[in-house]
Amino acid sequence: MSHAIEKPTDITIPASSLWAKLPVIGGAMAVIGLGATLASATGENKARAMFSYLWAFESVLALALGALGWVLINHAVKASWHVVLRRIAETVAVTLPVFAFLFIPIATLGFHELYPWTHADHIDEILARKTWFLTSGGFFARAALYFGIWCVLAWVLYSTSTKMDAETNPTVREGMVKRLVVVSTPGIALYALSQSFQAIDWMMSLQPHWYSTIFGVYYFAASILAFNAFLALLAMGLQKAGVLTKAITTEHFHDLGKYVYGYGVFWAYIAFSQFILIWYANIPEETEFYMVRVEGGWEYISYALPVLHFFVPFFYLVSRHVKRHRTGLAIACVWMLVMHLVDMYWLIMPNFGMHGGGHHEPHLALSYLDVTALLGMVGALFAVFGFFLNKNKAVAINDPRLGESLAHENF
Amino acid sequence: MSADKKLWGLLAQYENPATLTHGCERVKAAGYEKWDACTPFPVHGLDKVMGIPPTKLPWAVLIVGLTGSTFMLFFQSWAMGWAYPMIVGGKPLFSMPAFVPVWYEVTVLSSCVTAFLANWIMNGLPQPYHPVFASKAFERVTDDKFFIMIEAEDPRFNLEATKKLLSESGATLVEELEP
Repeated sequence: MSHAIEKPTDITIPASSLWAKLPVIGGAMAVIGLGATLASATGENKARAMFSYLWAFESVLALALGALGWVLINHAVKASWHVVLRRIAETVAVTLPVFAFLFIPIATLGFHELYPWTHADHIDEILARKTWFLTSGGFFARAALYFGIWCVLAWVLYSTSTKMDAETNPTVREGMVKRLVVVSTPGIALYALSQSFQAIDWMMSLQPHWYSTIFGVYYFAASILAFNAFLALLAMGLQKAGVLTKAITTEHFHDLGKYVYGYGVFWAYIAFSQFILIWYANIPEETEFYMVRVEGGWEYISYALPVLHFFVPFFYLVSRHVKRHRTGLAIACVWMLVMHLVDMYWLIMPNFGMHGGGHHEPHLALSYLDVTALLGMVGALFAVFGFFLNKNKAVAINDPRLGESLAHENF
Repeated sequence: MSADKKLWGLLAQYENPATLTHGCERVKAAGYEKWDACTPFPVHGLDKVMGIPPTKLPWAVLIVGLTGSTFMLFFQSWAMGWAYPMIVGGKPLFSMPAFVPVWYEVTVLSSCVTAFLANWIMNGLPQPYHPVFASKAFERVTDDKFFIMIEAEDPRFNLEATKKLLSESGATLVEELEP
């Protein structure tokens, strides 16, 4: 385009809006929610509290990791449509350092309650062959490595982008865009490996006999799906507050809708791939995962997930008119986020009460601790997100591709 | 043009997407029905300017896709469970998980083949001959020129008036085409 673009002007968060108060509200939620959960984790409900904590942690971490992956992929492929949305995604990704702190209770307070392989008397013949990987030292060192990778990547992406806002020299800006591509391309590989191994370490090792080579991809599918739904809702919420009202158009929401739809199919594909291999091979070590999930109330979630997490949203979102309709898309996004929480619950919670290797019949029973943990974890995410959101412009105003993104149109 | 020669329509050449879009607006406003535009690359918003109704292709894909999907599910159940009952890997005869990959693939296949074929049928393809192929200027439609063609069959077609409309709308070249 040769003519000058009309840059959006509604790019700062109004001081009177809820978004401006987000650091305080989120902070209060975090203190109350996490405080209540961790306080219970010192009493007799310790194990239950820690499982709720881990569930909330993984569910919300998925949003931040999804944001990081989303930004990395868009930089690596030099996408231009996403520019009006990217600052929001960068701001979600830059909350990753706080998860390093939120991880501490998992690695200290609840370490023995959560992970059976930390008990020497639970090491049987199968686990003995896995002790080279499942050691406390290795677990901590790997966690430090994952958080190191995520924090560095998120910070480089975020700080380069925000520095560009103030940069007046177009040549320097082009250089920054190139640097982001150079960082993001190998960044995707580091991101993919670290988020896969995080899922193996922190979730798969809850049931250490069991293993599934596709589990890291499963978590990735869940995470990027949840994030795309989250991003669409954040964008709608910001527009309600009078931010980026003209810049983010139906075309961008349509694309987010396509992502929610496509990654929904991807999630189902991966989930089913995991299931059919285990079902077909019928090896006790592997079928154990599904065996505990077809009893004790978990069978309802097991049968509901394919229907409610895949078939219903699939047929609901198939039409382009729904994806382009703001309320229609919002319903799908809220639905997907709820299903994401259910999916994570289904992955983590059946392991509670299984300690000792025997079949304790892990019953499906909700607890107030689930609510407090989720409240606290979401609060922590929003507090940090709100802090960085209010510090900067709501859009990468000097990105060379902003004009293309503003004029973006689907066919 | 001699009187015995038949006229198929008019071809107008435009230099860029902006003038072409303007030309389309004028042709649409004049009420023409049998006309079309050709561009070397997709021009955003052109379909709206031309007043082209939304495509029916998704409906064809949905209906045939669901039909193929349902058929395959029943076919597998019938073949594996009733017509040729065989025990594979110690699983029950009716083993839904084992049917899913083929079920899924046939859904995708029937949808894709329908999308491909319906696209050709709805667009009137294959079309080995079209009057514009005779035009030397039209060869650049795959390179850097933009075209509008109006058929003589259009009820509003009038050789002089239509020519005038096209050149006034920014066409750099207006040609008469024989069938």
